[in-house]
Amino acid sequence: MARPVLIALLATAAFAACGPAGAEGLLPYTVAGDAVPDSLTGTKGDATRGRALIVERSSTCILCHSGPFPEQAFQGDLAPNLSGSGSRWSEGQLRLRLVDASHFDPATIMPSYYRIDGLTRVGNAWRDKPILSAEQIEDIVAYLVTLRD
Amino acid sequence: MKFVGCIAILAALAGTALATEIPQADRRSGYSFMGPDSRAMQDDDTSNPGMLWVLDGETLWKRKAGTAGKACGDCHSDARVSMKGVAARYPTFDKALGKPVDLEGRINLCRSNHQQAPPLAYESRELLALTAYVAQQSRGMPIEVGNDPDLAPFVAKGHELFTRRQGQLNLACANCHDDNWDRKLAGAPITQGQPTGYPLYRLEWQSLGSLQRRLRACITGIRAQAYEYGSPELVELEAYLMSRARGMKLETPAVRP
Repeated sequence: MARPVLIALLATAAFAACGPAGAEGLLPYTVAGDAVPDSLTGTKGDATRGRALIVERSSTCILCHSGPFPEQAFQGDLAPNLSGSGSRWSEGQLRLRLVDASHFDPATIMPSYYRIDGLTRVGNAWRDKPILSAEQIEDIVAYLVTLRD
Repeated sequence: MKFVGCIAILAALAGTALATEIPQADRRSGYSFMGPDSRAMQDDDTSNPGMLWVLDGETLWKRKAGTAGKACGDCHSDARVSMKGVAARYPTFDKALGKPVDLEGRINLCRSNHQQAPPLAYESRELLALTAYVAQQSRGMPIEVGNDPDLAPFVAKGHELFTRRQGQLNLACANCHDDNWDRKLAGAPITQGQPTGYPLYRLEWQSLGSLQRRLRACITGIRAQAYEYGSPELVELEAYLMSRARGMKLETPAVRP
């Protein structure tokens, strides 16, 4: 019982310090250099769930990316193959890439999966919701770090 | 100063990132991205399902409608003559209305002004059939939209919409259809979005459908709020896309996956 309270307190403190502006409804996170070092939820994600999420069409990942998913007939090639992601990037770097890829390149076509501000004409069904929840992002990060060359 | 310079450079980069329009010589119809089966289906009128709508349209062309008791053919005679090349010029600027009108809009204006008949709903069987019948008379003719200075500001608005990021996925049409055509999205090639064959038969729809239907589906795909059928925005997008495809040949009724 004590832990969620502690996380909430820490989260509130972090939000006051450096939470992204206008992102009410999202858990605050801290960018350090090119990474978000700490879990968005305060807990480690589940890699098995992460893999299932990545190949699910509604997550949108493999519309553009391909990866080590031999059972998936329809993968994209608009973006890098996800194989070896965990060798190329640290957990924190992967987390920031998912949360807000535009941090690295404002012209990127990769959506910011954990952002609700700065968007235009979002459809009713998706308004004020991030593309992926903090839990889903942590699950995907937990899976991506296991992808080693 | 350094900071301001940085912003200026970033803004310039963001601007140019979407400014890569497709060179004339590289323009390709969606037809060229299809497999041989779909091409064969389009090429043969006896296997092209769109021809069913064209035949319906031919019947409707001759059928009297509205309180004026007139058929399209009573004023326009033989569509094979009078409608030849017409669809290649749409959307066109309507001087009386002061705004662009697409082919569906023109058919409905004809109904209200000359037939005293109620407008046909977008994507109704009748409107698709009449539009397909009229557009088929221009099959093989080059698209001519983009020459009228009155239409130019609406084409410019359409272009602005085409390059504006929208929706939860924060994507513009141009991100895919200018910058990444011929790459694969979920295994299928991204086309250039050249509107050469509308209304067209889409296997995914199991039906004929309008360009506006396709645009709305794409806009929903980026998780943005789709513009309403007949809205100025959709007509502006149509005008931009048709001017972008200027010189390409009409294929109505096309077949697409």
